[in-house]
Amino acid sequence: MTTARIPLLHRYANPAAFGRLSGQILPWTAGASAILLALGLYFALFSSPPDYQQGESVRIMYVHVPAAIMSEIVYGLMAAAAAAGIIWKHALADLFVKAAAPLGAAFTFLCLVAGSLWGKPMWGAWWVWDARLTSELVLFFLYLGYLALVDAFDDPQRGLRAGAILVLVGVVDLPIIKFSVDWWNTLHQPASLITMSGPKMDKSMLLPLMLMIGAFTTFFITVVLMRLESELLARRIRAWRTAAGDE
Amino acid sequence: MNEYQTFFAMGGYGAYVWPAYGLTALAFIGMLGWTWASLRARRREEQGLSAAGRARRGRREAKS
Repeated sequence: MTTARIPLLHRYANPAAFGRLSGQILPWTAGASAILLALGLYFALFSSPPDYQQGESVRIMYVHVPAAIMSEIVYGLMAAAAAAGIIWKHALADLFVKAAAPLGAAFTFLCLVAGSLWGKPMWGAWWVWDARLTSELVLFFLYLGYLALVDAFDDPQRGLRAGAILVLVGVVDLPIIKFSVDWWNTLHQPASLITMSGPKMDKSMLLPLMLMIGAFTTFFITVVLMRLESELLARRIRAWRTAAGDE
Repeated sequence: MNEYQTFFAMGGYGAYVWPAYGLTALAFIGMLGWTWASLRARRREEQGLSAAGRARRGRREAKS
């Protein structure tokens, strides 16, 4: 088959073709991430005011909230890719789920620990079994469960399929996390960023927060592209080994 | 206190603010470093295996 007859997306299941494509995108996302991170850290640590109630501890928000947002966005993307992988049997979709999972787990862990470090001085407790905290902890376990399951099979394809089903079942946790602060009486504060009436936050704090969210997002895109190429290479390596073993 | 000490004290919350930022830095370095290392290793391994695969195919075609 000539390359012209391979559908566009399938062409990028070839690690070399994907590497060339991601090589064109990577410098931009990596550069954007570095600039946004430098600006974000400057405003988060130096050039934003302390909170009138929380004092300087409010600066934890600028890493806690972006990590929390990423923990949910990454899982949402994984669920969409898992569905696409099951419906269209596309290799890139299956491998995206696997490539993104450790990053999502890291963001979730970061969100939980930074939240804990913020909770101790503000609430007087490292941890409470509040609906928001508990549903976020469930998300962390969903990521860990996926990572354990995806490598638990001799046939990598079966691992990817089983993992995709787990991710789709677990997607029910996302609205629970989002609305936990409205449905239950929680110690965790309600939404102040994504609300019906827009962000309920002063510009001086909204700016560093938005910069850090941008930095986290572009960082994720950069690293997940690298991981996707790495997963495609791992698949190719297995195929070469099988071919060598058959002779 | 000079201005550096004031900055690092974070109004008495330094013990909570700095670990949060430190862990963020570790997480970012960890994700990027681990991904970069495995990508490089796999690129090298795939290059070696594909060269060996092409050599095998060449020998097979020469025989037939």
